[in-house]
Amino acid sequence: MHKLLFIMSKSPITINAQEAFDALLMGSAFADCSVLFIGDGVYQLLQAQKPETLGAKNYTLGFPALSDYGVKRVYCSKSQLTSLKINSSELAIPVDQLDDLEINQLITQQHKVLSF
Amino acid sequence: MKFAIVVHGAPYSDQAARSAYLFARSVIEEGHEIYRIFFYHNGVYNANLLSVPPQDEAHIELEWANLGQEHQLDMVVCISSALRRGILDATESQRYDKESTSINPLFTVSGLGQLVDAAIQADKLVTFGV
Repeated sequence: MHKLLFIMSKSPITINAQEAFDALLMGSAFADCSVLFIGDGVYQLLQAQKPETLGAKNYTLGFPALSDYGVKRVYCSKSQLTSLKINSSELAIPVDQLDDLEINQLITQQHKVLSF
Repeated sequence: MKFAIVVHGAPYSDQAARSAYLFARSVIEEGHEIYRIFFYHNGVYNANLLSVPPQDEAHIELEWANLGQEHQLDMVVCISSALRRGILDATESQRYDKESTSINPLFTVSGLGQLVDAAIQADKLVTFGV
């Protein structure tokens, strides 16, 4: 099965982040998908967020359903969590934290990478 | 080699659109195949039929259309991105009771399955803009 990695780098308030999540769900129907959150994208993983207060839809409520869609592997940048001072207990779903070398290896293991 | 190209950037406001266009042209010139060009996010604006830039400036939407027509390219615009941004074909315009269409008919409106299919079928997937 084709291995696709979706890289999410946008903050959750952007429509692009929401559209990227849509693409991931579609991908999971046809391919072996994993997802990596980097940069501002790690904010998408925060449990305590209320984008509704800014008039944005909270599509991240769908994250716990990712495993039901067959997306079993969720990763994020360890160095980015550290620099944003985010503790893993603040995240909405279980995530494997990868250092930069491991991220490099993850990317090389894929057939294709879709970056958002 | 078989390429799939994904365009996330709008013309004029983002270099990604022009870079993607130049890349697509080079892919063809070098004798490779383009499996599909998929327009997502603000990239759907590349299919805008109603843009009128000044005559002495580039017309990126028109350049895409010409390239697509000349080489019979499969240029697909994501339907949910497009609807959100007002890029409508006749079917969608009618469905949502609008008075006009805004997409160049050389582009096709379709779903995200076309993006995933392109990612799987192509040898290389190249994304422009984040």
